[in-house]
Amino acid sequence: MQQGSPVDVSIALKLGLTEEEYERIVTLLGRQPNFVELSMFSVMWSEHCSYKNSIKYLRTLPRSGPALLVEAGAENAGLVDIGGNLACAFKIESHNHPSYIEPYHGAATGVGGIHRDIFSMGARPIAALDSLRFGDLDFPIMKRLVRGVVKGIGDYGNCLGVPTVAGETHFHPCYNYNILVNAMSVGIVEKDKIASATAGGPGNVVYIVGAATGKDGIHGATFASADLGEDSHEDLPSVQIGDPFMEKLLLEATLEAIGTGAVVGIQDMGAAGITCCASEMSAKAGTGMHLNLDAVPLRQQSMEAWEILLSESQERMMFVLDPKREEEVLRIFDKWNLLWAKIGYTDDSGLLKIDHRGQRVAEIPADALVVGGGAPVYDRPYQRPRYMDAIESFSESDIPDVGGAEEVEIVLEQLLSHPTIASKRWITEQYDFMVRTNTVHPPDQYDSALVRIKGTRRALAVTTDCNASFVFADPYRGAMMAVAEAARNITCSGGTPLAITNCLNFGNPYNPEVYYQFVHAVRGMGDACRAFQTPVTGGNVSFYNQSEIQGQTIPIYPTPTIGMIGIVEDLEYATSLAFRQPGDLIYLLGNPCRVIGCSVYLQHFRGVEYSPCPPFDIEEELKLQHTLRSLIRQRRIQSAHDIAEGGLLVALIESALPRQLGFEVVVPHDSRLDAALFGEAPTRVIISIDPSHRMSVESELSKAQVPYALLGCVTTGSISLNIGPLKDITHWAGIYHNALSHALGN
Amino acid sequence: MRFGVVTFPGSNCDDDVAYALERVLGFEVVRLWHDETELSGLGPEDCIVLPGGFSYGDYLRAGAIARFARIMGPIRNFVKAGGTLIGICNGFQILCEAGLLPGALLPNHHQRFICKPVYLRVSNPDTPFTRAAPLDRPLVIPIAHAEGRYYCPPDVLNTMRARGQILLQYCDEDSQCTPQANPNGSVEHIAGIANASFNVFGLMPHPERACEALLGSTDGIYLFQSLVTQRTYSTSQANQ
Repeated sequence: MQQGSPVDVSIALKLGLTEEEYERIVTLLGRQPNFVELSMFSVMWSEHCSYKNSIKYLRTLPRSGPALLVEAGAENAGLVDIGGNLACAFKIESHNHPSYIEPYHGAATGVGGIHRDIFSMGARPIAALDSLRFGDLDFPIMKRLVRGVVKGIGDYGNCLGVPTVAGETHFHPCYNYNILVNAMSVGIVEKDKIASATAGGPGNVVYIVGAATGKDGIHGATFASADLGEDSHEDLPSVQIGDPFMEKLLLEATLEAIGTGAVVGIQDMGAAGITCCASEMSAKAGTGMHLNLDAVPLRQQSMEAWEILLSESQERMMFVLDPKREEEVLRIFDKWNLLWAKIGYTDDSGLLKIDHRGQRVAEIPADALVVGGGAPVYDRPYQRPRYMDAIESFSESDIPDVGGAEEVEIVLEQLLSHPTIASKRWITEQYDFMVRTNTVHPPDQYDSALVRIKGTRRALAVTTDCNASFVFADPYRGAMMAVAEAARNITCSGGTPLAITNCLNFGNPYNPEVYYQFVHAVRGMGDACRAFQTPVTGGNVSFYNQSEIQGQTIPIYPTPTIGMIGIVEDLEYATSLAFRQPGDLIYLLGNPCRVIGCSVYLQHFRGVEYSPCPPFDIEEELKLQHTLRSLIRQRRIQSAHDIAEGGLLVALIESALPRQLGFEVVVPHDSRLDAALFGEAPTRVIISIDPSHRMSVESELSKAQVPYALLGCVTTGSISLNIGPLKDITHWAGIYHNALSHALGN
Repeated sequence: MRFGVVTFPGSNCDDDVAYALERVLGFEVVRLWHDETELSGLGPEDCIVLPGGFSYGDYLRAGAIARFARIMGPIRNFVKAGGTLIGICNGFQILCEAGLLPGALLPNHHQRFICKPVYLRVSNPDTPFTRAAPLDRPLVIPIAHAEGRYYCPPDVLNTMRARGQILLQYCDEDSQCTPQANPNGSVEHIAGIANASFNVFGLMPHPERACEALLGSTDGIYLFQSLVTQRTYSTSQANQ
């Protein structure tokens, strides 16, 4: 019996579907949908669930490689072989819009959601990372957003017991109206305990486990796929509420249940809730699923069928169990005091059949709803953004060079106190970065955080990276450089890059200029990943990161965040960024920087926003990283640090700070001094070595044809450049360590 | 001496404590579940650890619900019989809520969760929990908590001080207890205390996170090793 009269295209438009999509639904069903069915399509075909505007390009990314155990789909995490009987599952996901509306719960549920993606595969999360983009700290609501997001991430991860070990926090006015909160989870699983998001076959039973279903987060997926506007705060009910304690119980019970071998399939109920799990698990297995919504435990009794189907209440899992072994698994749920309910079974119909209050409220072919099935695939038109003209007309000669030591000190002070560069301790101390006792200490003194794998001599190296200014100026090259920087960070800390996950944060894909950024960035990322042999194991696309404010569209800079993992084959190779002792020699690996384009110096000190992306040569990059890894394995290196935001001088200060040392260097510059000191050209690393290794290191670098320069040596705390002495390290330490806590308060 | 490590719903340092004791230090470890009514044969010569975490989510008041867990009954009897009990972080909070230690742990004075290594002065080195600790320098052990501001009324504080029950105090690298070195605003810079019989020890820092060099410190080992170190122990040695 079919409930609910058919609805027409006007309802479809209100639910965020297009006219064309409504027609597609009618064709797929062979009839007009009812309201419940249309609601299910609207969330499953939202950008967030269907990748309809991105999938064509995502499929061009390299998805296989020597270390990849399971090839990734666009929608789930791949598995990387990390030696022994272990595999690593990892993924990054955005929670941008919810975090702007309600920073605490938005960020917290972002963390909760990405961890569920990992442990629903059978992997225990061992590390979390967060890539955050905030606006100008002086923007009216920004400090509240920072405090809320940081507290939300901390409270959730701390309670769950997963260490937050790394990440990045950038501040730029382009995020004033649309911050980015990208959370990454890294988990480890024994290869024979891997679980899959499948319904298996007909005759299995379907359970919902964990939190009761409430009205929170309904249409969250649709909300994530629309622009933020001045009335977005009215969308508050679309933001979910997190319960990390429930997640902890769910985590332990899920891993224990998977360990029995009695679980056929399992999927996290994230975006689009029951609808998403039921359709994706069924479509994957080629089965149908018959669900009775009356059996779903509810937080309130007045919920309609479409609300139950679309609810994004957190901390819920869909389990598909073998009926012969269900008791075994249910005992585990009881042990962990988890609510569970049998809500249906799988059959061979290929249909989702949904009953509520004794009536059939929806009947849709599972395949019609999902990516790779009925979901639409679009190729949007794109065109070169007009702002590129401003970038191309930039003339370096209009910008004065820095003069003597005095002006260098002024610039350095501004850079070290810029929140993007300053110490992030105010943030990271609010995260439990040590729980599970695997984090090589202290994590912020390694270019990528190192997480020991218990029972082995190995560690995972993890990092997130993206310099959005580069991507804005040149989407193709900038995205390549983001991959290269992530790899460089892993290499510097002693690891070998293995694979990446990506979080593609862009504006509205219907804007051809935004789509240009997207298409070119994905192409650059793909080319870089092929060169590094680091396949893309999955990730997340977040479009619509722009706001309509007083009739003006304000898009963010394109921010394709790279989350990368690498393997440190032996903990002996772990290499800190910190200078170790006075007298050690300091080298620059890579060419001296000759450009100031896209640098924090140019933007912040000179006030120039439009400038070209620095040049990048991936062959040089590969060579440099390969040689550096070789030197590290020969134990010739005392410290290694990537040169990134702020340039060479900031990198030197960062290496000197941990042990309160200094440096006496001559910075080679054949053109501008500001470029040499503050330019942000890639493919550069600062290393320090014991003087006794000088000959062997130099000969290895020469043999490999890696450009290098001996800059000088580590001192006990004094700092001097070729242009004269600067204030010593204690002065810069104060600025670097206090900037963020001064801005954000105690 | 065997160690029992209790898991409450929401405990998240149970595995870490077990790993440090068993795999790093070589002790025999028995895992205990919150809902059990017996202690798997652990006796007065053994030690039970209540680990850190967020028992029952700590949504009410840290440790306030865990004190009612079924296993707390047998644990009380175990303590009465002279067994050794250690509460770390959330475990310390549970011990205070359960009345097995005096005082309470309030939200940090700055209202934020804080995770970092801190310096600790061993204020009474003559106890079963501290007697292996070096006397010439402070210990370095990390903290990770939002509710670690120890408080007790002045008369209780005076009694504890007189009896030497204050075992660990936050200090700077020169062992000076300054307000700047106190990460949560605790009274008398208290980081860890014992009961009057010196068989129950509660501390906010996580010694299990300081048992391997790669984690930044091995000073946590001293606290566990003290339990099996033979040295004359007298409660009259109240000092500082």
